[in-house]
Amino acid sequence: MTLLQIDNLSLSILGLNILSSVRFEVDRGEVVGVIGESGSGKSMTAMSVMQLLPHGTEVSGSIRLDGEELLSKSEREMCRVRGSDVGMVFQEPMTALNPVKTIGDQVAETVMIHKGVRRAEALAIARETLNRVGLPEERFPLTRYPHELSGGQRQRVVIAMAIALRPKLLIADEPTTALDVTTQAQILALLKKLVDEDGMGLILITHDLAVVADIADRIVIMKSGEVVEAGPAVQLFRAMQHPYSKALMAATGHHPVRKPPHVALDAVPVLEVSSVVREYALPRKTLFARPGAFRAVNNVSFKIHKGENVGLVGESGCGKSTLTRAILALEATQSGEIRVGGELVTTKSGASLAARRKMQVVFQDPFGSFNPRHKVRRLVTEPFYLMGRDAPTGAALEARIAESLENVGLSARDADKYIHEFSGGQRQRVAIARALITHPSLIVLDEAVSALDVSIRAQILDLLADLSDRLDLSYLFISHDLSVVRAITDRVMVMKAGQIVETGETEVVFSNPQHDYTRQLIAATPDLEAALKRREIAAA
Amino acid sequence: MVPFLLKRLISLALSLLAASVVIFLVLQVVPGDPASYMLGMNAQPETVEALRQQMGLNEPLVWRYLTWIAGLAHGDFGISYTYKVPTAELISQRLWVSLPLAVYALVLSTLIALPVGIIAAAKRNTAADYGIMGVTQFGIAVPNFWFAMLLVLLFSITLRWFSAGGFPGWSAGFLPAMKALTLPAIALALPQASILARVTRSSLLDTLSEDYIRTARAKGLTRSQTLVRHAVRNAMIPVLTIIGLQFSFLLAGAIIIENVFYLPGLGRLVFQGITQRDLIVVQSVVMLLVFAVIVITFLVDIAYAVVDPRLRSRS
Amino acid sequence: MQEISLTDDRRSLVGEAFRSKSFSLGFLLTGAFIVAAVLSLVWTPYDATAISVAEKLRGPSAAHWLGTDHFGRDILSMIMVGARTSIAVAFVSVGIGIAAGVPLGLWAAARQGSLVDEIIMRANDLVFAFPALLIAILITAVFGPGAVNAIIAIGIFNIPVFARLARGAALTLWTREYIFAARVAGKGAVRISAEHILPNIMNLLIVQGTIQFSLGILADAALSYVGLGAQPPVPSWGRMLADAQTMISLAPHMALFPGAAIVLTVLGLNLMGDGLRDIFDPKLRRSR
Repeated sequence: MTLLQIDNLSLSILGLNILSSVRFEVDRGEVVGVIGESGSGKSMTAMSVMQLLPHGTEVSGSIRLDGEELLSKSEREMCRVRGSDVGMVFQEPMTALNPVKTIGDQVAETVMIHKGVRRAEALAIARETLNRVGLPEERFPLTRYPHELSGGQRQRVVIAMAIALRPKLLIADEPTTALDVTTQAQILALLKKLVDEDGMGLILITHDLAVVADIADRIVIMKSGEVVEAGPAVQLFRAMQHPYSKALMAATGHHPVRKPPHVALDAVPVLEVSSVVREYALPRKTLFARPGAFRAVNNVSFKIHKGENVGLVGESGCGKSTLTRAILALEATQSGEIRVGGELVTTKSGASLAARRKMQVVFQDPFGSFNPRHKVRRLVTEPFYLMGRDAPTGAALEARIAESLENVGLSARDADKYIHEFSGGQRQRVAIARALITHPSLIVLDEAVSALDVSIRAQILDLLADLSDRLDLSYLFISHDLSVVRAITDRVMVMKAGQIVETGETEVVFSNPQHDYTRQLIAATPDLEAALKRREIAAA
Repeated sequence: MVPFLLKRLISLALSLLAASVVIFLVLQVVPGDPASYMLGMNAQPETVEALRQQMGLNEPLVWRYLTWIAGLAHGDFGISYTYKVPTAELISQRLWVSLPLAVYALVLSTLIALPVGIIAAAKRNTAADYGIMGVTQFGIAVPNFWFAMLLVLLFSITLRWFSAGGFPGWSAGFLPAMKALTLPAIALALPQASILARVTRSSLLDTLSEDYIRTARAKGLTRSQTLVRHAVRNAMIPVLTIIGLQFSFLLAGAIIIENVFYLPGLGRLVFQGITQRDLIVVQSVVMLLVFAVIVITFLVDIAYAVVDPRLRSRS
Repeated sequence: MQEISLTDDRRSLVGEAFRSKSFSLGFLLTGAFIVAAVLSLVWTPYDATAISVAEKLRGPSAAHWLGTDHFGRDILSMIMVGARTSIAVAFVSVGIGIAAGVPLGLWAAARQGSLVDEIIMRANDLVFAFPALLIAILITAVFGPGAVNAIIAIGIFNIPVFARLARGAALTLWTREYIFAARVAGKGAVRISAEHILPNIMNLLIVQGTIQFSLGILADAALSYVGLGAQPPVPSWGRMLADAQTMISLAPHMALFPGAAIVLTVLGLNLMGDGLRDIFDPKLRRSR
């Protein structure tokens, strides 16, 4: 008998169809990867198993756990199932724990609720479980509070809460999406280890094919509330049937075609960063001692030439965001120089408009990058403020708006729309149009595709490659995602603890990393093709 | 915890200092000469001069401020001009009416508001919730002194359960004294309870939408277990702020209510001080109330740290 | 506490507003009192200050809808004129709060962590430390009772309310990427505050404005109740209640009607505020 059997599951919220006839199953000791983009219904499927659904939800079909129908259970009966037979891990470790309770109490709570044991006994089980998830007693006593732990450590606590009673089934909903790659690899390894030890079933929900390629036994691909394809992992990846699965697969490893740029090394570089240092004062430890300083950017130097696309990669806290803000003259530096097209971005009289004209930026969040009260016309022309009286007016202005919108695949008519009329991918196009309007030579792309679904991401990457070729643009491409950087850049810089530890041509760095940290990063980055090869060799 | 306390203490001291300067300066800008203001239009110049001497008005400003502060530090608030007794004595008598009244009202308000607010949040969008929200909407709109008059009309004049005003003093026994304070306390408490109940409800609703509530449900806690174990404590943080603010509001609100019920509290003292132009009394009472508010703010900050471990570790 | 969406979509606010029951009811109530106040400038049933001993302490009747007071003045007329002072005092003091508080708050937010920010916020804390009503009493006592001093006294306490609100909301916006984009476009703090921040915190300011308006009505009533608001012979709601207090067993209607006027006005404003909050808050909208 299969452990979990979902059959003909349909779900609607306030009359809106979310899931239609979803079916798949999970066996004991089996890892099932459920893959889909936003709006595919993958999380809602998980919440249906837990029966934690919003008000106004109507469900039909069948969800059987060990042969028992979950959909017909009362709320009281479900409370006995949750946490005991089925555990769940969520995406956001930073907010998933109660900030005012110790980690020990939170893990012990699972035990006390279900087993009715005394607190001391529950805490002993909590201790044992925390040890199992890699939080040993000497460094992580039960009395720690969530805010004293990092994201990865918090996710381990959430996992401990979910597995404390050794459930039959564990559901992990994007458990590593909010984490850095090296942490992601550790959490995935931990989940796999727990599955093997306890023989439980694991549903691993993710938007990223590569994440599940290594550990999933079977794959379920969802789109718009339906299962489009399902099957054994390697087999399914190797011979995809459904057009959507194929498109998703293609988009994941998408590599835009580019003309390699002709770099004139003797010309004035588009961007020149020399010996930049940025420090933050730390809070005072005692009342009278001088507060210490934290060096977020430590003596960084590099150049970007015309037409070159340069990647800057590193994990959270490595200083890449601070460096980006310094380059954009949004933040002061303690020493060093930043020049754009030969001009200092920050002069004695403040930020230089002349330098800024040659440099524009595209941010990560397609929803937060625009003032919701302005029309696209006003949004994309904002950088003209840099040009003062030289800014075009009248017909010339209209022509420039049309040109930049058309350059990003939108139409001139879109200028009179408000930003909420656009989808996430289109908004990112508007953001690029805004960056193009002053005809800059450098565009800083700050995690510019990180918030997008893979298929949209592939389109934006194509657009960026095309713009770079056609307009001879240089990019500084900042990202935590190595596979994206590999796809779009000519050169790459790896940053760690405020310093650039390795730099070189992208393909060379990726195929033959020199620095230990670069090796770690590359090893931790999920790679679909490599994972499939490994598994095929193991199987043979 | 220690650096946190130290920091709050320093800020407490600075606030008190700044407040005392402001109060001192406000009373310096009384139009014209304070002494002649206090004595009225028809005072003899010699009398005015004598009062100026007595009040130390001929000394330099800074010196006068320092003398005042030094006095305050060991409980010397100066001599009341009208009563000719130490102001500290006057205040301490009156405080024994106002302070119990404010505390009584605060306890009533909190005891009513918290359960009501929690019920409204737990039963969101039900008849109980709508009923509570409707009643509290009215409660907020009612001026407490008018509410006090209605209470007098109903309970004193019509039903004759309570006397319409006056205070027998604590010497008459605890229960009679509390009985005399009951209608005033209700008049003060109910509008405040309405505000507090609404704050509790909305804070709890905010907390219930947090991620860790979902985590708790996934562990197998029931709705009510989640509410009690995870939501209430986190929701208390904004509620504490309001309780702190309310205490100062109740102390000041007592001024008006004391008028309705003819209670010999600080409020009556201030009004007598104002009508008789006894600036020393007015200045002292204001300083005392501000002191109380600042100390309560401090206590609320400490309470935050008890509730929220994140504040404790932030130095 | 309640968070309001700072970046609401543009849509027809007026149409949206009247679809909210709270807002419509509140608008009706408040509107009625504003109309009464304006009407009292040109017409009242009787002269609100005319004393007629023969008609004193009459209950509600066809001639005097809401009865007369202990001087035989028509209570309806007095309430109409009283609405004028109350609304004017509360409105102008909210204006003072917004005019002074919002720029201060925006300034503090634009210079977060700087000395300016620290000074503005500590000054705010200081004002909050004073029990508002007590200081209002003190100010009017020192500078003399009257509507203008009442406005100043209430207005001062509105300043930190709006300064805090504006600063808090602006701080959230300063971390938004469109503000970064504007900074990359070379725009300065003043321009960004005016162009991007102010329009996006307007929702919050309007909601808070109606709340402070209603608190202003209550504060004005309390001040005039203790004799420190508008001075006789100009009628005011608080003074009418003070007069009624001595007559409460003889003529309860004297206390009932002015009190009801205060409650309904404040209720109306609060309902409008709630309605607006619901409209501005997309979280709530979704749940309905």
